[in-house]
Amino acid sequence: MSTDKQEREPLFSAKNRKLLTNPLNIDNPITVQVLGICSALAVTAKIKPAFVMALSVMIVTAFSNFVISLMRNGIPPRIRIIVQLVVIASLVIVVDQVLKAFVYDVSKQLSVFVGLIITNCILMGRLEAFAMVNKPWPSILDGIGNGLGYGIILIILGFVRELFGSGTIWGFHVIPEAFYDFGYKNNGFMILPPMALIIVGIIIWIQRSRNPELIEN
Amino acid sequence: MYSNAYIFRYAGLMVILVAAILSSAAMLLKPMQERNEAVDKMQSILDAAGIENVNSKNAIELFNQYVTKMIVIDEKGVITDEYKDAGKENSEAFKVNLKEQLYNKSINRSFKLPLYVLEKDGEKINIVPLRGVGLWGPIWGNIALKDDFNTVIGVTFGHKSETPGLGAEIETPVFTDLFPGKKIFNEKGDFVSVGVIKGGIENFPADVQRHNVDAISGGTITSNGVNDMIKNVLESYVPYIQKRE
Repeated sequence: MSTDKQEREPLFSAKNRKLLTNPLNIDNPITVQVLGICSALAVTAKIKPAFVMALSVMIVTAFSNFVISLMRNGIPPRIRIIVQLVVIASLVIVVDQVLKAFVYDVSKQLSVFVGLIITNCILMGRLEAFAMVNKPWPSILDGIGNGLGYGIILIILGFVRELFGSGTIWGFHVIPEAFYDFGYKNNGFMILPPMALIIVGIIIWIQRSRNPELIEN
Repeated sequence: MYSNAYIFRYAGLMVILVAAILSSAAMLLKPMQERNEAVDKMQSILDAAGIENVNSKNAIELFNQYVTKMIVIDEKGVITDEYKDAGKENSEAFKVNLKEQLYNKSINRSFKLPLYVLEKDGEKINIVPLRGVGLWGPIWGNIALKDDFNTVIGVTFGHKSETPGLGAEIETPVFTDLFPGKKIFNEKGDFVSVGVIKGGIENFPADVQRHNVDAISGGTITSNGVNDMIKNVLESYVPYIQKRE
């Protein structure tokens, strides 16, 4: 097989675009692959932390997918999980150290997420399923796509929970004072993690009823 | 198929490489990080005192401008170190390791704790730095008391890893704005601290309201942590406060 005859695949071919869009719907990491649930429950009581978490996970999945994809031909299969973990953990630590030195405020915001990113199953899932057997560019796209798919669910959850749990969106009050005068109360249950699980369940339900190919026999 | 020797070589090389990258990153960035931490500490102290428009750029300047006295006191209420001149960030009071000293306190050993005195509009403000445990990790903060060492002027809190949206809310104004005006001594002059309680503060009698604020729904353990932290730290200053009266 000579490489000069082989036609170069365009950067955003139909196949590559699918890598970005599939995780948003039929291959969503949370609702279909059911990965990363724990962090989705933990950080979505408000939209802002949900957004920060989504962004951080997206960046780390993209980079770790890229690095592992570059190394994929040399990694001995017997220790591949360890290698993947080392890559993820060191990436996250380096980013954390740099943030602490240059943008301390952001790093204070991120403090808790750093640990949650390392333990997020989506990262290892994508490395194992995709980056180990694909080229770097598609791996980056897959990382971004899965980060987005994860992020979109987090933001939906954050939106619903913050709106009904605290009456705010991104910290701003949106439910008019008059509602409270008529006896409307914020739903305290919305703030607690079990409610997030119920909302995830509802999202999965809606998604499955709209996509027949997701329904198992 | 990879040989065992290859696997060992690969793992060894990877570990050395990663260790080198991480430790050099940590070493290179350390001075900047330490400076950021000191600035953040000053910012937090100034915030607790209610000084406005503090940011990371003017924190050092404002700190030197407002802070008039920095002392270290021991468990008997005796002042062991006092620093007044410039270069306050190098003074002993600023460098006290709270974690260590509070540990000493917990095992009944002698301890030394810092107290910062600020002057704003001719009024003295006493700042006591706090440190305790939340749900997942350490929490800390500063509490500003009036000259009488009784009325709370303001508080700031910080945390390492409390749950976002729940326990982490302790650092937001929604929670910290509940503190100003609360008293740490009751009418008889006994120390009661400022507590964090469940159940809606407006349902309690006035003498409970005087010394307590509402906890955060869904953040009970962090709220309890704040409660214990304030009590544990402030009670260490009681000998000093009683001595100066």
